Amino acid sequence: MLYREAGQFKTAYATDQQIFPIRQDRVAVIAVVAFAFLVVPVIGNQYWLSAILIPFLIFSLAALGLNILTGYAGQLSLGTAAFMAVGAFAAYNFVLRVPGIPLLVAFALAGGCAALVGIVFGLPSLRIKGFYLAVATLAAQFFIVWALVRFPWFSNYSSSGVITAQQMKIFGVAFDTPLEKYLLVLSIVSLMALAAKNMVRSEVGRAWMAVRDMDVAAEVIGIRIMYTKLTAFAVSSFYCGVAGALFAYAYLGTVEPEAFTLDLSFRILFMVIIGGMGSVLGSFLGAGFIVMLPIVLNISIPALNRLLYALVQWSLPASITSNLELMVFGGLIIFFLIVEPHGLARLWQIGKEKLRLWPFPH
Amino acid sequence: MLQRKKVIAWLAGLAVATAAGAVVAQQTQYVPLLSYRIGAYAAGGSGIFGGYIDYMNYINLKEGGINGVKLAWEECETEYNNSRGVECYERLKKGGSGASVVQPLSTGITYSLIDRVATDKIPMVTIGYGRTDAADGRVFPWVFPAITTYWSQASAMIRYIASKEGGEANLKGKKIVHLYHDSAYGKEPIAVFQAYAKKDGFELTEIAVPHPGNEQQSQWLQIRQIKPDYVILWGWGVMNPTALKAAAKIGFPREKMIGVWWAGSEEDVIPAGAAAKGYTTAVFNVAGKDLSLVQDIVKVVYGAGKGNMEDKDRVGSVYHVRGIVHGIITVEAIRKAQEKYGKGKVMTGEQIRWGLENLNLDDARLKAINAAGMMPPTKLTCADHEGSGLVKFQTWDGSKWKIVTDWIAPDKQMIRGMIEDSAAKYAKEKNITPRDCSKES
Amino acid sequence: MSFFFEVLIGGLLSGVMYSLVALGFVLIYKASGVFNFAQGAMVFFAAMTFVGLNEAGLGFWLAFVVTTGVMVVGALLTERIVLRPLVNQPQITLFMATIGLTFFLEGLTQMIWGSTPLGLELGIQDQPLDWLMDKTGINVSQFDLFAAAVAGILVAVLAVFFQKTRIGRALRAVADDHQAALSIGIPLQQIWGIVWATAGFVALVSGLMWGARNGVQFALTFTALKALPVLILGGFESVPGAIVGGLIVGASEKLAEVYVGPMVGGGIESWVAYVIALLFLLVRPEGLFGEKHIDRV
Repeated sequence: MLYREAGQFKTAYATDQQIFPIRQDRVAVIAVVAFAFLVVPVIGNQYWLSAILIPFLIFSLAALGLNILTGYAGQLSLGTAAFMAVGAFAAYNFVLRVPGIPLLVAFALAGGCAALVGIVFGLPSLRIKGFYLAVATLAAQFFIVWALVRFPWFSNYSSSGVITAQQMKIFGVAFDTPLEKYLLVLSIVSLMALAAKNMVRSEVGRAWMAVRDMDVAAEVIGIRIMYTKLTAFAVSSFYCGVAGALFAYAYLGTVEPEAFTLDLSFRILFMVIIGGMGSVLGSFLGAGFIVMLPIVLNISIPALNRLLYALVQWSLPASITSNLELMVFGGLIIFFLIVEPHGLARLWQIGKEKLRLWPFPH
Repeated sequence: MLQRKKVIAWLAGLAVATAAGAVVAQQTQYVPLLSYRIGAYAAGGSGIFGGYIDYMNYINLKEGGINGVKLAWEECETEYNNSRGVECYERLKKGGSGASVVQPLSTGITYSLIDRVATDKIPMVTIGYGRTDAADGRVFPWVFPAITTYWSQASAMIRYIASKEGGEANLKGKKIVHLYHDSAYGKEPIAVFQAYAKKDGFELTEIAVPHPGNEQQSQWLQIRQIKPDYVILWGWGVMNPTALKAAAKIGFPREKMIGVWWAGSEEDVIPAGAAAKGYTTAVFNVAGKDLSLVQDIVKVVYGAGKGNMEDKDRVGSVYHVRGIVHGIITVEAIRKAQEKYGKGKVMTGEQIRWGLENLNLDDARLKAINAAGMMPPTKLTCADHEGSGLVKFQTWDGSKWKIVTDWIAPDKQMIRGMIEDSAAKYAKEKNITPRDCSKES
Repeated sequence: MSFFFEVLIGGLLSGVMYSLVALGFVLIYKASGVFNFAQGAMVFFAAMTFVGLNEAGLGFWLAFVVTTGVMVVGALLTERIVLRPLVNQPQITLFMATIGLTFFLEGLTQMIWGSTPLGLELGIQDQPLDWLMDKTGINVSQFDLFAAAVAGILVAVLAVFFQKTRIGRALRAVADDHQAALSIGIPLQQIWGIVWATAGFVALVSGLMWGARNGVQFALTFTALKALPVLILGGFESVPGAIVGGLIVGASEKLAEVYVGPMVGGGIESWVAYVIALLFLLVRPEGLFGEKHIDRV
């Protein structure tokens, strides 16, 4: 009942082709965006903004980037963190070395640098497929971090190879407080998510999906494989690069190259898989899940431990609870993969199907 | 229905438990602990945070807190990961009466928190890690690399080698290899070593070991060809025992290997077995079960069943005593702050910062707190957030660490100059106007 | 010139150590198509369990047998709890599940055995062979030779097992085609259990070798990263590929580090193995010994 498109007639091609063809979807998306822009700034405290929402949005953007490559174009990448590192260090150098460059331009150029690097490491994808392709992105992962540590120019000859993000200023307005940073990140992420949503239903997005489903078949029907795969690498790396720049500027402030480890790449891949491959919404859901889960475990397991102490005057030592968190984290990931291998986005889809009939399922 | 009731019961229990935690925290001096007890860094994390907690428990049990103000703390597992560390910091900083001092024990997390602690007005103490140029308190008012930094240590290492060779003049023509973990951490001292190589005329070769360092065949073959007089091991974790084993493999004498203080714990040498015998490292804290403070902690804290170390054999180990040193700096800074702002009161972060900037742990004070000889005397000021920079050197005799030198001082003048240059560059990048320390009270 | 040979021999012997870990990956991939990232955590778990039991007073062989038993039980549980419900899922989902398993095993190991690094002595000194040193000046470690011999024996045993036994034939059938194997009555689940148990045993052996070399500690999980390029180079499905790949990666990465490294600042070992693997793949996209993949529409 609630979610039913019956009665929503399309009288022009334009309305048929709009981004959210169903009215309920439109309302929901506008409501979420309005909530994020208007309500969250009022109710969110500093902890929520600077420790959860900002990283959540940044990781969503990175996950979106990886999802374009892996979920839409079907090319596995284990080098996401490295492309983020390129974005972060490129943004730093643009702001440092080009006096008066507008910050957003620097971010866009940083994304562009990441895209170029992405294309270079995407070239082997024309010949290598599947898990074997992981080697190309792994090479990117280790080579880029190595290069950033090795060549001091990237970090402006800082003795330890660490960069400190400059103050964020756009049109003379400084973005210093968590709230300001949150709004900036939110604006960038919303715009880029909208762009991604549009891109994947455009010609290039359909080509990506054709290549993902079967590249030989796609080639036969006249899709240019090289162009398609490389655009996927470029667009994906662009998103990751911007995410990396935001990671340095809006979140951590000071970053060392080692912050962009293989482990981070894996976490972002987790977001994509848990959230749902080939889904823009899934990138956000997955990022939320992977960002929140360790925090929830870190709060709830010690709390249970205190409860245990209150009940029986005995509690587990910290090393046990810390390891327990890790075990539960791993276990829950396996559990989610078993219960819903297509990710949280799929659960949402099933929910929508149910809502379509609810409350009269027959 | 039954299930819902169960859930409600659970939630109620949780709420009670959290509330109970909050009640305890009232009227106490609250210390957030960004600890890590899992992963590749766990050996250091569990030892140091264990010692830190043991010392705070010791003050609570023995003296009833600092002038009656008990210490309270809460742990948050960071996994040595920047994002997790930032989240832990943001979550814990408002706990209890507000965070007193934060000690992240991770260089990466330290970097991520530098801006945040300044905004939140919480002093951050980074003993023997973190950002070296933060020792310039005029540019970094909230960061305290207390006792010593990597640069001071590098200088002290060269002085130690010089003392073995009979003076710095004799270093001319000698060959020294800097074998380092290929990361920001390992590259940090290179500038100091290069300055010394120029000054003293020894031949310096830098050899990088890629993370994690569990494979060093090619590096040691290079060393075999160079035939250096000394190898400085700036390693981490598995890289250290691997280096010792590889040195044994090519027959390089372990007596000529000088390690950094993060390569000088029992956990670094025991995995290498017999290959570690004779290996020497720098330390800023002496280890041993026979230290009188350690014995007192065993009696008071472990006697009361409140000891934090699960493995009792590790009590008095290098990392455990280092944790005690972390505790001493925290407690003494709070005590100093109370002298000015009121004894028996809970101190704020700003007041503790004053306490740190006026901290003077001279020999008499160290003796009074039963820590004489365990850590170097240290005096912090507004401009100098580092202090003496003294280190001792210890040698592994196959079963325990043996101290082989007295406190060795770095070339403070040279290091201070480098620190000020680097801090000035940072201030320029960040548009910071350094404080005028003559105006501080 | 003798230095060149020294680097080459050292590299080849290090390569054997990589092969040992890669072997575990290959076994599992061959039979079940799972890229088991948890192999590194299994190495860590096996070595810690062995040393823990050994220090608890069990003798070497008893500890070895008990640990093997633990690995077998663990393998069967993994098959039952993790793999069976994920049959027919995309490879990447299975890969992610094994990363989840990695976290679980890492937590479990440290919870049971603690986080302190432990030493392990196998009675073979990691020191150069004196007579070779005296005669040619080439430095070859006894321990590396011993590890190479162990790896050789392990491969030989596995080869016999695969080629000559009933289970081995069934294994090869499963590796060839799951559906066909099922339809002629080969119990798939049982085979997977056996393969994971064998991989657990291989993990124990490589854990002992690596542990004796560098100490038994968390960093053993990183050995998986050393095995990755070997695996990709040799081909995921090939046991000989793991060995040859290991030798190529070991030798070329050492030579590159020693001869090319100083020109660009050193530390290139972290990525050079991947670049070498990449170059080989550009020529043969399915790895040196991997099964040739034919695209059909």
